[in-house]
Amino acid sequence: MEVSRHWRLRQQRYALVGEVCPHCDVKIFPPRDICPDCGREARTEYQFSGRGEVYSYTTVHDAPAGHEAYAPYTVAVIRLEEGPMVTAQLTDLGDQPIEIGTPVEMTTRKIGEDGERGMLVYAYKFRPVLRPA
Amino acid sequence: MHAPGSALPEILVAGVGLTPIGEHWEKSLRSIALEAMTAAVEDAGGLRPQALFVGNMLAPALSAQTHLGVLLADFAGWRGIEAATYEAAGASGGIALRQAVLALASGEMDRVMVVGVEKLTDRIGSSVEAALAAAADADFEAVQGLTPAAQAGLLMRRYIHEHHVPEHGFAGFSLTAHANAVGNPRALYRRAIRLEDYASAPMLSDPLNLFDAAPVADGAAAILLTRGDRHRPAGERTPIRILASAVATGPLALHDQPDPLGFEAALISAGRAMAQAGMAARDIDLFELHDVFSIYAALALESAGFAERGQGWRLAAEGEISRTGRIPISTLGGSKARGDAGGATGVYQAVEVVLQLQGRAGEAQVPEAQVGMGQCLGGAGATVATHILARADRL
Repeated sequence: MEVSRHWRLRQQRYALVGEVCPHCDVKIFPPRDICPDCGREARTEYQFSGRGEVYSYTTVHDAPAGHEAYAPYTVAVIRLEEGPMVTAQLTDLGDQPIEIGTPVEMTTRKIGEDGERGMLVYAYKFRPVLRPA
Repeated sequence: MHAPGSALPEILVAGVGLTPIGEHWEKSLRSIALEAMTAAVEDAGGLRPQALFVGNMLAPALSAQTHLGVLLADFAGWRGIEAATYEAAGASGGIALRQAVLALASGEMDRVMVVGVEKLTDRIGSSVEAALAAAADADFEAVQGLTPAAQAGLLMRRYIHEHHVPEHGFAGFSLTAHANAVGNPRALYRRAIRLEDYASAPMLSDPLNLFDAAPVADGAAAILLTRGDRHRPAGERTPIRILASAVATGPLALHDQPDPLGFEAALISAGRAMAQAGMAARDIDLFELHDVFSIYAALALESAGFAERGQGWRLAAEGEISRTGRIPISTLGGSKARGDAGGATGVYQAVEVVLQLQGRAGEAQVPEAQVGMGQCLGGAGATVATHILARADRL
């Protein structure tokens, strides 16, 4: 069980809280405290909109331990509209075909269980942005 | 002792050894490693190392064993020597080799053994997948169920999209590796495959199929290095010198790479190695790259300067990577068909380059090979170790 580990990441998992560099204004997710662009300290919190588009995607058939129950699942790299990319499962796909460039938005879903009697782990997944009928 | 061309002092290969990669149920991690190390010592005429550097990724997760340096030094009968493990996922063996080169170059040591070893087959299925996935960012990649095959699938789809690769455009990597493995008695899959086999293979992580991915299994490779000014290898063997050794890193997570298809750490690592050797891509006669997934072979060829960006797959499609092509790769089968022993890969590559340069590759021999390069990857190109070796008698 890694209760504290999951707890520590709650702001990122539930609310996509990253950082913005006070020196060069680059948006950063996941938070890393040192700006990857200018190398200076960047600890200012920044909440991302949760909107982005698919940079690439694939399907996992041979799932690692802890994810077997969900296989097969689709995992993607999302380019957030503020700039950074994030790895996340796609959900609520329905009949809508996913392509590179498909607009997606963040949602919160269960991504696993921490051990047999452990707590449920929730995190961000992304779903296609609903289009008006 | 700095020969023209190389920035390194003269570091020579005294001996090499390796085991076949396979499901060695009857052998333990330590016995596989010993087999390779013993072969290297015999090859070196009985030379005893002063230090043992181990490249390993998975023993803590799959064998509940850390502390491999002392385990293997003691098991080999070298009690008292310096020993430690180096870990950088799939690049572990290349990092251990790099550390040996540094130890020798510093003048602190004269004789160093490097062994890359993995024991994967004591566990099966999802626990092995989880151990391999731990090489990615645990908090932001693995937690989402991302696996190494999925990382490669993501890159492959984006590459096909950006560079308009036709269907089965990557098949040449798999076909060439399997064709080459036929000539290697130690290869895991010693049989050629046809395009139909590739085309009908099941998907692993679309568009990546089973034949785009290397099989992982047990194995060990060892190489014993000396400083040329203190221990010159005896015997008839063609002397082989390490001309360059370079490591570079990029962001750990694929999503943190500003340009994932740029394979920047490979570009830096290969560039540093060639600068150190005073060479360019055209001087390299064979390239043992880390074809753990076919997309990585294409990206490695591009970042090392053998193809323009987006054109690496064409080298495979046009036969340029075969043993008689412009830049032979995976000459003994590569990770794809020789088999991939995780963190041992960098040492396998170095040993295979030595066998090619010494004319000991049998049916898999590359004609007229004088300079060879090995390059192993940790993760999706997050850590990259590149080594250039050459026939010392032709420098």
